[in-house]
This record gives sequence, structure tokens and C-alpha cells, in this order.
Amino acid sequence: MKVEVSSETHSKSNNSRRKFLKMGGLAVVGSSLLLYGCSDDDDISGPVTPTPGEPFDLGSGDVGILNYAYALEQLEAEFYTQVIAGSYFASADPEEKLILQDLYDHEVIHREFFKAAITGAVGGDMSKVLPELEFDFSGVDFGSRDAVLGTAQVLEDTGVSAYNGAGARIELPLYLTIAGKIVSVEARHAAAIRSIYLPGNTEFAGDDVIDANGLDPATPPADVLAAVVATGFLTTPFTANNLPAPMVG
Amino acid sequence: MNIIKFLDEFTSESLTQKVSSRRDVFGTFGSLGKKAALAAIPFGMAAGSGKAFAQTNGNTPIDSLNLALTLEYLEAEFYIRALDSGVLPAGRPEDVYNQISKHETAHVEFLKTNLGDAAVESPEFDFTVGGMFDPFNENGIGQETAYAQLLALAQAFEDTGVRAYKGQAPNLMGTAFLTPALQIHSVEAKHASEIRRLRAFVLGETLNDNALGWITLNNRGPGMPEATQAVYDGEENISQGGVDLVAATGFSATSVSQSFDEPMTGETATAIASLFIKTDSDN
Repeated sequence: MKVEVSSETHSKSNNSRRKFLKMGGLAVVGSSLLLYGCSDDDDISGPVTPTPGEPFDLGSGDVGILNYAYALEQLEAEFYTQVIAGSYFASADPEEKLILQDLYDHEVIHREFFKAAITGAVGGDMSKVLPELEFDFSGVDFGSRDAVLGTAQVLEDTGVSAYNGAGARIELPLYLTIAGKIVSVEARHAAAIRSIYLPGNTEFAGDDVIDANGLDPATPPADVLAAVVATGFLTTPFTANNLPAPMVG
Repeated sequence: MNIIKFLDEFTSESLTQKVSSRRDVFGTFGSLGKKAALAAIPFGMAAGSGKAFAQTNGNTPIDSLNLALTLEYLEAEFYIRALDSGVLPAGRPEDVYNQISKHETAHVEFLKTNLGDAAVESPEFDFTVGGMFDPFNENGIGQETAYAQLLALAQAFEDTGVRAYKGQAPNLMGTAFLTPALQIHSVEAKHASEIRRLRAFVLGETLNDNALGWITLNNRGPGMPEATQAVYDGEENISQGGVDLVAATGFSATSVSQSFDEPMTGETATAIASLFIKTDSDN
């Protein structure tokens, strides 16, 4: 079953961005999801339509999961690229500046790692490597501390839950270990951003995210991708029709 | 199951054949104090050797979960005693320890429930490591030093926990335990980040590259006892999946190493935890 997620069905208010992790009830039926981004100014450009022919599909098996992670890292890397070019960063206090600079470095490194790893995994067949995605962050005021740190928090929280939800879908132990190496860094980011941004002393690992068993969320790819689409940041459509299910023996 | 028996079993005989440079792995953490005696457990490969992927360790998922439970027992008791000690200042330090304590105690219960009869019992812990530390200010070292030790031990425990869970993940593939283990793993990383940042704040080192929420190269960070170096050895890795990321990205080894946390073998994690576990001969 194909589900189209388009701009009209999702508010892009700040509130929805903050809460987009909690959209567990969002209707994503079956394993087929067409990611259908939009630009921020629908009146001018209208929704971006898929390029002629088939949109890129993330693929199946480990390559599919790697492409999925690559998409998320592209999103994060592009966000922080704009953060460090923005006016809030320019005048941020030294500690926040250092944190944001590091997050930029780390996410760009993650992005470049996935590009190299996937290229290697598919034997150089670039038709199987997710292309460079385009993003539209025009709805984010990069001069605003609230907008920068609030959006960073959502992206980092989402990254943690996405990797946790992807782990059981990975076949090769090597890739599981590498995903583990990255997710703990994302979790370190999430805690740091939460610690500097949110008012309470316990928000670094807050009760809004971690459950009564002391577990972080693990969100399936379909839900993560739907939530990403809901932000309106993604403008390059792609599909995730063949991602593997969790392997539980 | 008896904890010592478990620790012996965890490092099964097949591992002894892989022992190459035990002294190197042992490092300074293991060489301190009489607790080193328990670490007569055979050691595996050095973390970060490139062969550290746990697929090779031959242990069962139950073994992995019992290692996790042992580390959680250690952390849970440590935070409870820290909170009872009166050493922690009110405000952010106490609040942070309370929140982490809540999670570690929940992790113990979660793992015990899921392991059922297979769960190991809690060992008895000695957080002074035979009198080397006094984190709860029980032996009169004074609040300030005790607090510094509470922070240093918390950082070592959390950073170890992150690496240990990561090292066991491949062992849990295909089981219903993998995802919950990953869900604990990332929580440990959040704890590590905050403890590291709290330490940096207390030390006035928040702009120090080696005192951030993430680990730089294999630097244990300012003020961390040399005894904790074994927790960080191998974290300097800059090559992932065969890709030299300094060459591939142009970023520094500092940034590349920060971007990936490295796994730790069960043997190394066991050796570190063992330093804090009382043996029969201690009694």
C-alpha cells in the first residue's frame, strides 16, 4: 500500500516540530511510503513533485538501512551547515558555539561516512546510493536561539530513536556495530543540546523521552520518515518501499 | 547464579586462545590494588584492534545480558550510595545523579525480569577499590575530593557502559533483546554526556576539547585518574568500515574520533567492573 505524505496534511508549526517524535499514531500503513516533500512557500512554488520517472528507492536489506541512515545524516548535516552560517551561531556564547561547531563536524563526518560506506557496499553502483538530497530550512530562523536549539533537539532526539529502531533490521554485525558507534554519539548530542536548552536539570535524559524502564525510544523507519516529512525540511522525494523488517529469532 | 562463577564463565576457554597482549589491555586501571587479582580472568583483544566486534567472542545472548546486568548493578548501587553520602551539592549535581539513579535502577529491574532464573545475583561492591578512593567520604577524605571522585567514577562507569553495550550488540542479533539493549545503550550515552559536562563545569573546563560530552581521541579528560585510561583506550580510532575518515573527509582526527564511539569487549568491561567487586578473599 502506498501512502502519500504531502504538505497539506501536516502543520509545520514550531509545535509540530517539537512534537514530531510523538506522532506514533500517524497513519503510515504498510511498508510503503512515498516521501513527498514540499517547499516552505507553497503559494510560490507549489509542492515539489517527484522527478520524472521513479523517485529513488532506499533499497532493501542492509543497503536500504544504510541509505535510510544516510538520509537522516544528510538532514542533520545540512541543518548544522546552516546553523554555523547563521547569526545566532555568530553571537552564541563560547560553550554553545563549541557544541554547535562539534555537532556540525560530527554530522558532516557521519554523512560522508555513509556515502563512502554505501558506495563500497554496492560495488560503486551509484544508482543504488541515495543522491544528495535537497532541503528547505527557510522556516527556521537561524538568528534565533530557540529555533536553532529547539530544532537541533528534535533532530538529535529523532536520530537516536531512528537508529534504535533500525538496529534489529541490520543483517551484518559490522554495520550494527557501526550504527552503535554513531547512535551513542547522537545520544551524547541530544543530552548536551537538551542540557543547554531546556530549563530543568534532568532534561538531558528527560522523562518526556525515556520510559519507566529507563529505555530510549526505538522508532520504526516509516514513522521516522513520516515525521521528517512533516517538518517540511525535505524537498527531494524518495521512497522507502523495501526496507527490511526487524529480525527477531 | 554466583557472580564470580559467571565472570569466569563469561570469559570462556575459547577466549584464552585469543589472548595476545594482556598487559597492554590491562593498562594502569588493572594494575592498581589487590582487585587486579580477580582480573586473572583471561583477557580478549584490545578494544579498537579492529577485531573487537563481538561476533567473534562466542558468548551467548544470556552471557551478554548478564554482563549488562552486572554493570547495571554496579551503576545502580553507586548512584544510590552517592545520593545517600551527602557529598553531592544540591541543585544540578544532585538532580543529575537522581535522574541517572532512577534509570540505572530501572535497568536492573528490567534486565532481571527479562533474564528470570538466568539472572546473576548482585555482587558486593567496593567503590573504594581497596581504599584507593573515598567517593562517599566514608574515610574522611573530605567533601571536595570525594565529590571529584564521585564525578570521575560516574564518568568512567558511564563511558564504560556505553562501550560495553555496544560491544555486546552483535551477540544479541536475531533475539528480542537487541532492541531493548540498544534502548539502554543510548540512555547510558546521555548519562555519559551529562556527567562529562557536569564535571567540565565543576572543573571550569567547559571549553576544553577533552572535557566535552563526547570523547576526543583516547583522552580520558582533565582530572580523570590515570587508573581510568583503560576506559578510553581504542577511542582514538579514525577508520570506520575500512574508510580512513580523516583522509576521506578532511576533518581532523580529533573531530573524526569524536564522531564515533568505539565498542569494548566483554572481557575488558568485565575487568574494569571487577575492580569494584569484592571477592571472597576480601572478607
